[in-house]
Amino acid sequence: MAKKIVTALVGAAVLGLGATAAQADTLSDVKAKGFVQCGVNGSNLAGFGAQDSAGNWAGLDIDICKAVAAAVFGDATKVKFTPLSAKDRFPALQSGEIDLLARNTTWSVSRDSQLGFDFRAVNYYDGQGFMVKKELGVKSALELSGASVCVQSGTTTELNLADYFRSNNMDFKPVVFEAQDEADAAYNAGRCDAYTTDASGLYSIRLKMANPDDHMVLPEIISKEPLGPAVRQNDSKWFDIVTWSHYAMVAAEEFGITTANVEEMKKSANPDIKRFLGEEADSTIGADLGLPKDWAVQIIKAVGNYGESFERNVGEGSPLKIARGLNGLWTKGGLQYAPPIR
Amino acid sequence: MALADARTGSGEPPKVSLLYNPALRSVVYQVVTLVVIIAAVWYAWNNVVQNLARANMTAGFGFLNSRAGFDLAQTLISYSSDSTYFRALQVGLLNTLVVAAAGIVTATIVGLLVGVGRLSHNWLVARLCTVYVEVFRNIPPLLVIFFWYLGVLALLPSIRTIFQHLKEDPDAVFFISNRGIYMPAPVFGEGFGVVFVALLIGIVAAIAFTIWANARQRATGQRPPVLWVNLALIVLLPLAVFIVMGQPLTLDYAVPGSFNMKGGMVIGPEFLALYLALSLYTASFIAEIVRAGIRGVSHGQSEASYALGLRPGQATRLVVLPQALRIIIPPLTSQYLNLIKNSSLAVAVGYADLVAVGGTILNQSGKSIEIISIWMLIYVSISLITSLFMNWFNAKMALVER
Amino acid sequence: MTESIVYVRDRFLQQEKPPASEKSAYAWIRNNLFASWKDSILTIIAITAIVLYVPKALNWLFFSAVWTGTDRVACLTVEQGGQLPAGWSGACWAYVNDRFVQFMFGSYPRDELWRPLLVLAMFVALLVPFLMPKVPRKGLNALLLLVVFPIVSFFLLIGGVFGLRHVETSLWGGLMVTLIISFVGIVSSLPIGILLALGRRSSMPILKTACVVFIELIRGVPLITVLFMASVLLPLFLEPGNNIDKFLRALIGVSIFASAYMAEVIRGGLQAIPKGQYEAADALGLNYFHKMTFIVLPQAIKLVIPGIVNTFIGMFKDTSLVTIISMYDLLGIVKASFGDSGWITPVTPLTGLIFAGFTFWIFCFGMSRYSAFIERRLDKSHKR
Repeated sequence: MAKKIVTALVGAAVLGLGATAAQADTLSDVKAKGFVQCGVNGSNLAGFGAQDSAGNWAGLDIDICKAVAAAVFGDATKVKFTPLSAKDRFPALQSGEIDLLARNTTWSVSRDSQLGFDFRAVNYYDGQGFMVKKELGVKSALELSGASVCVQSGTTTELNLADYFRSNNMDFKPVVFEAQDEADAAYNAGRCDAYTTDASGLYSIRLKMANPDDHMVLPEIISKEPLGPAVRQNDSKWFDIVTWSHYAMVAAEEFGITTANVEEMKKSANPDIKRFLGEEADSTIGADLGLPKDWAVQIIKAVGNYGESFERNVGEGSPLKIARGLNGLWTKGGLQYAPPIR
Repeated sequence: MALADARTGSGEPPKVSLLYNPALRSVVYQVVTLVVIIAAVWYAWNNVVQNLARANMTAGFGFLNSRAGFDLAQTLISYSSDSTYFRALQVGLLNTLVVAAAGIVTATIVGLLVGVGRLSHNWLVARLCTVYVEVFRNIPPLLVIFFWYLGVLALLPSIRTIFQHLKEDPDAVFFISNRGIYMPAPVFGEGFGVVFVALLIGIVAAIAFTIWANARQRATGQRPPVLWVNLALIVLLPLAVFIVMGQPLTLDYAVPGSFNMKGGMVIGPEFLALYLALSLYTASFIAEIVRAGIRGVSHGQSEASYALGLRPGQATRLVVLPQALRIIIPPLTSQYLNLIKNSSLAVAVGYADLVAVGGTILNQSGKSIEIISIWMLIYVSISLITSLFMNWFNAKMALVER
Repeated sequence: MTESIVYVRDRFLQQEKPPASEKSAYAWIRNNLFASWKDSILTIIAITAIVLYVPKALNWLFFSAVWTGTDRVACLTVEQGGQLPAGWSGACWAYVNDRFVQFMFGSYPRDELWRPLLVLAMFVALLVPFLMPKVPRKGLNALLLLVVFPIVSFFLLIGGVFGLRHVETSLWGGLMVTLIISFVGIVSSLPIGILLALGRRSSMPILKTACVVFIELIRGVPLITVLFMASVLLPLFLEPGNNIDKFLRALIGVSIFASAYMAEVIRGGLQAIPKGQYEAADALGLNYFHKMTFIVLPQAIKLVIPGIVNTFIGMFKDTSLVTIISMYDLLGIVKASFGDSGWITPVTPLTGLIFAGFTFWIFCFGMSRYSAFIERRLDKSHKR
């Protein structure tokens, strides 16, 4: 009886809230429902995924979601965001609740294989660091022996932290929090001496502190954290679209195409650019990906090239003021490199 | 069909359509229920298998032997990031049990005091107790936890202030900071085992003496001085042994380290917030139960015991309380169970209980089905064991009624 | 013989006031506060505590509180970068004021707020007469409140029909979510709870076992694990690629949990109905359905109304747990606002928690008063 009721309840409710059953092919599913469901950071990580007071989303991760929507529908507004905690994000992607996870998620081998996801594009090369109060007088993470460290539970950060202190023969007291805002509040209240997360996150959290100048990020970067969008394994069509949406942004920067000049660039004589923008007569790049011909143009119009997106969200144009560093183009000493689009 | 034949054959028993045969209906209903349950389970199972295959994941408990890789803040048994997930779960379970046990004891004491206080003739005390009950009963326990953690404990002096304070007063041994309460830790020297054995002997002897004293009282009407003898057995005997053994106990004091106090014993704010919130929240319910229990014993009972010449203390202890307990125990059991279940709110403040540790493992390994089954299994077992114990206790108490 | 007998008084004496030692304020104080030396000690301790803390608390809450301001500077002392005197501490109501709409409605689009407000107005208009025992037409009222109202509000809140803008559930938040979750929990737990309770009392072993296992399993585990199950496992249990709304999953979790508790309360009522009632119904030739709906359940439910209301109170408080599966109910949204750089001050968390606590308290206290009122009324009706 109980089961019957529950099943009936679930069934009725599923109908009520317009849930959709999907095939393994995410692209046709997305096209059928008319929008991309994107899992993003639920605790307002400025620069990556954050909501302003009017409920509009902005950030580097938000831009990749918008780029995918622009590529598929030619309309960057056809995306819905699901705010997720570190804990919910993987089950959400596994269950098909979201089509794409862009939640400053580190690409690691276990997530790629064991959890059954696919990663390729990296929209931010990050590394884990520490932030401390300046009054402690600490200049290096190696001086942190015996400190209490605030960390968010269920992240690679938590594992790296344990490994780092262990390998340097230092001890520490972890103070673990479920949500990032709880950890922020605890660090701010002096519950711990240091705060650890991805360096980009540290800069954004520092901004939230009562007095950002009282805090400093230590020079050590203790891990590699390539952050990028993830999709479910065994769905190469969808995987390709997500991957190439990012590379299109990088390629656009390489070509010098911006939101402002994209229409002009369509007339460019450069065959690479013409092909990229779908202006070549017999170009099948878009069709092969399962996208419209002008997919790259739509992406650039919606979110700009990678450099523009970076500057707007985390770079000089934002309060975070993070330098390009590793995230510069490969031609400028960074790691961002788009495979040839031909 | 046999039934139908019988009906047409003799005209007896009265014509009852097969449709209205209660036994048959019962069977049909049950078969339908069973089919629905099996279908639902099969449907869910089938989907789980498909979903897991789709996500390229496997099910099973083998992952429990993998290296955990994360550190835990509160550990009662040895644990490091090299330990297994299984060990981490053990740590979590122990932490759950510790906070639940501490909470139950405190909640019972506070609840008893407040419940009796509400019945007090003292107007002011009764009103204060009422205010306490009405405030805590009507606020979510999670909010009470946050109140302690963010509203009270976070505002205590910082560890730097304590360091300053220690420079002025180097002899201080007991500190309250926003990193917890620091106090000296006992270090048991060689020979302390003997003292411990003496304590055990003292307790056993005290119990034996009490039984003998009760028997003697029944036989002769004389009551030996139970309290004093028991005190001597439980306190003086171990104390004497302790002195004889050369006081094999030293204290390890907390001293300032680079960031935190080193050594000593520390009770973290996560534990404190959870413990205080669980105790005070549950105490408000226990107070109501105690009040109802005491009021449930008819006034004539205590009047009759006064008439028999019992003193008020004796009347309460021997007549009123045993009867009140019968009313109190069943609802008290469910409050204890609620407290145990509410201890899972630990996850909100990062106290490493079963749910918090399980949640971390769930996230690191992605084994959601396994972890949630482990949670449910453990909580259901704890609930069952507590219920069984309280039922036994209740049955024992019920005998007093005769 | 009408002669009066001298030693028998034939007129009453003038009534006198009771002695001052028994009726005066002094006597009241002596009897209620200082009856014995133990009482005196307790009273003195209590008075000392009140004198020490109550003025401080009132001062913190009201007199030195900050009522107006646009950002955290308003609630910071000079040394923290504000303009309040050093050593100041008090509630920062300016922050609650600034965030009030968010605490009530979450991120619900600001130009669509008339929709939740209309739902609230309908709710109050239907609930108030429903709660007043004297108002007639309870059946129609119940139908409107428990069936029509949820459907209308569902479409009103989520939109997407009749030209209303679609508002995703991820934008919902604050007190609105707390009330929606508890209302849905209450409305769905009653019928499911009744069915489970009847199943548990049934004589059919399989049905009975299924109900017992379900009830005891759910009652044996914390709500958090049920919520985790609804939020993490439910999608795994359904068709691959399903996409159940997160809000809906929380609703399912809360409803399942509440039903199990409700079933036990109702079972208590069923057990209290004398066997004669069942037998009389059988003797009249009523079938099971009629027996239950016309004879047994009306009596049983009336008996356990206080228990039902208590379950509601518990559920209302328990909705705060959805914070843990990252949904923003009242407590969740208040807590999330502590991290907002615009209002980070040492007093923000305490102020926010006191506000949230007071809001929860009003609702729960109101419900418990109502339960007591009903209990008294029922008591009367049983005494002849």
